[in-house]
Amino acid sequence: MSQEAAVFGETSPPGKSLYTPFNVIAGIILIVGFVITILRFTKGLGAVTNLDNNYPWGIWIGFDLMAGVALAAGGYVTSAAVYIFGMKRYHSAVRPAILTGFLGYALVVVALHYDVGRPWRLPYPFIMQQGTTSLLFEVAACVALYLTVLFIEFSTAPLEWLGLKRARSIVVRLTMVLTIFGVILSTLHQSSLGALFLLAPSKLHPLWYSSYLPVFFFVSSVIAGLSMVIFESTLSHRYFAHKMDETHLAEKEGVALGFGKAASLVLAGYFTIKVLGISMDNNWHLLGTGYGMWFLVELLGFIALPCFLYAVGVREKNLCLIKWTSGLTVLGIILNRLNVCLIAFNWHLPSDEKYFPHWMEIGISVFVVTAGIVVFRFIVTRMPILYEHPDYKDSH
Amino acid sequence: MSVSRRKFLGWLGAAGMGTAFGTSANAASNKHFTGYPDSMGILHDISLCVGCRSCEAACNKVNELPPPEKPFDDKSVLDKKRRTTASVHTVVNKYDNAEGTKGPVFVKTQCNHCLEPACASACFVKAFAKTKEGPVSYDPSVCVGCRYCMVACPFNIPTYEYDSAFSPRVMKCTMCHSRIIQGRLPGCVESCPKEALTFGKREDLLRIARERIRKHPERYVDHIYGEHEMGGTSWLYLSNTSFASIGMREDLGTTAAPNLTAGALGAVPLVVGLWPVLLTGVYAMSKRKEKIAKEEEAQAVGDAVAATKAEGEEKLSAALAKAGKDKDSAIKREVKKALEEAAKAQKEEAAEAKTEEDA
Repeated sequence: MSQEAAVFGETSPPGKSLYTPFNVIAGIILIVGFVITILRFTKGLGAVTNLDNNYPWGIWIGFDLMAGVALAAGGYVTSAAVYIFGMKRYHSAVRPAILTGFLGYALVVVALHYDVGRPWRLPYPFIMQQGTTSLLFEVAACVALYLTVLFIEFSTAPLEWLGLKRARSIVVRLTMVLTIFGVILSTLHQSSLGALFLLAPSKLHPLWYSSYLPVFFFVSSVIAGLSMVIFESTLSHRYFAHKMDETHLAEKEGVALGFGKAASLVLAGYFTIKVLGISMDNNWHLLGTGYGMWFLVELLGFIALPCFLYAVGVREKNLCLIKWTSGLTVLGIILNRLNVCLIAFNWHLPSDEKYFPHWMEIGISVFVVTAGIVVFRFIVTRMPILYEHPDYKDSH
Repeated sequence: MSVSRRKFLGWLGAAGMGTAFGTSANAASNKHFTGYPDSMGILHDISLCVGCRSCEAACNKVNELPPPEKPFDDKSVLDKKRRTTASVHTVVNKYDNAEGTKGPVFVKTQCNHCLEPACASACFVKAFAKTKEGPVSYDPSVCVGCRYCMVACPFNIPTYEYDSAFSPRVMKCTMCHSRIIQGRLPGCVESCPKEALTFGKREDLLRIARERIRKHPERYVDHIYGEHEMGGTSWLYLSNTSFASIGMREDLGTTAAPNLTAGALGAVPLVVGLWPVLLTGVYAMSKRKEKIAKEEEAQAVGDAVAATKAEGEEKLSAALAKAGKDKDSAIKREVKKALEEAAKAQKEEAAEAKTEEDA
């Protein structure tokens, strides 16, 4: 109880009950997740998942890893915009984006421990034998390095919180090198997640399989990053507005407009290369099939539509529309990753042999996301994320 | 945040070097690998298979796998299409409606032991290796259990021990590697009563297969499955019906798996090399823009201040001049007034004097 109080304490004023709806629901999810965790690590993957020999990868890869990494792209997108492209007016968006990115990647790594058969061997590719012919090796190396980079980038906030001025100033001096390093690593592993499937042309439906897969994944990660910054900022403003300082509140609108504009533009480019992808492989005739319809739902409903809505929202300065569009875009990216990894994968299989997640797999995914939200809440209510620490006001 | 050029270049160097060492990868090459010389293979003549499942029984015994649910002489299992599982390395399937055949066709399925295996290409800890004898080996002592090999395999062969919590392994046919090294036949080949399986050097098997097609063109489809599929496999198949109609995909192509990802892997060093250049360029441009904007701002402010000052001075002098003029006219006015008053007073005095005189 005392630990719970430490986690949930500060947001509820003294004297008020800990049993707020948020705490109760989060608590139940965490307890259920804890039970499934015990089952997973004592009875094996078979006890809690619907994975089989045709579907070695389920939602822990399709959602937690593939979508998780894409949605954590806000960190590199925002820090690149502010520190490399010099868009200082978005400076107040950097810290929340870095925090979301860091937590996103940390949770991806946590989820991976559930998915791989022997998680205690995760360092083996680095310390035992390097399988450098594998794109998964590249993904693993980049994710490990980038998680470290994000941790260092994020560390300024806890260092300010703890009052460690010297350590903080060292980290601040590393800002540029970390940002450039982060962009390189993100380019590599975001694209490599798509390139993983280049090895399986006979299993992934031709509408989704393309030699452009790495480019699709990289470009859509930029869209995911931009949209997540808007989406996350909307939620933060709703629940943590009291933690935001004047600069943050003043810049918030500009961030939504600027990032919405950028997202609309990149979505337009993404739509174009997706169409080029069909054209290059001459897959037009497949659009009339069932999978073709599904492909069009993704292409028109979750790429073309948000591109248009973002454009309208920015033109008319309609912040509400931009916020809803960011949610739609995020859903579209998740849908794309699920399509590539699960739905359009093994498209030859009869439908009764296709994979559908076990409820406990969904349970762990929900558990991981909830853990992320709880940690996010713990951090933003304590550390200088949504406001600048008074001691370091003019230090950037 | 101010950054000197030297500092910045130092950082870039650090970022570039770090990334280069972090992810070393082999670039794409145009070398074509056609298999180790004298490596062994197995020829499966599908037209000779009668579906007796002796090979399945032998495989189970040789590999010390768990006993099957139904005994190996139970033919009813053939009614349903099966695939390899963690405890079954090979299965025989029955196809009733194969193209141009009278009776059912039986096909044995197991790992094809590719010349350039997708599983080995996919493995990030090098647990798979193509041995010079022919079999594709698997080393469970390093396997992390990511199961990318299973995603990668075009033949859907590797399986996983999902029910093991502490030591799950990828399971697949080993082509009886240990027996081959001892000079013995693989279990399935040894047990086949119909000689539907022939073990030998892959080169010799290809010759035998071509010879059979040449001698019996009416019996065989003119294609040796595995000669070129996915870059070639150690298992080769002859068939009396189209391969597609007996569950063997004919759309796999002849590209070996490693070539499918070579391009993407080859792009890694380019990204590492060129991204920092591009990003530094963008950074430099945005810095310069900022600097120019600042200079222009300073210039504009200076000009504005000067203009305001000049204007102010002009106004001041005009005001002073006006004030001077006002003062002059006020004095004049006062003097005039005083004079007038004096004149009036004189007149009044004079008038007074006159009345006094009159009186």
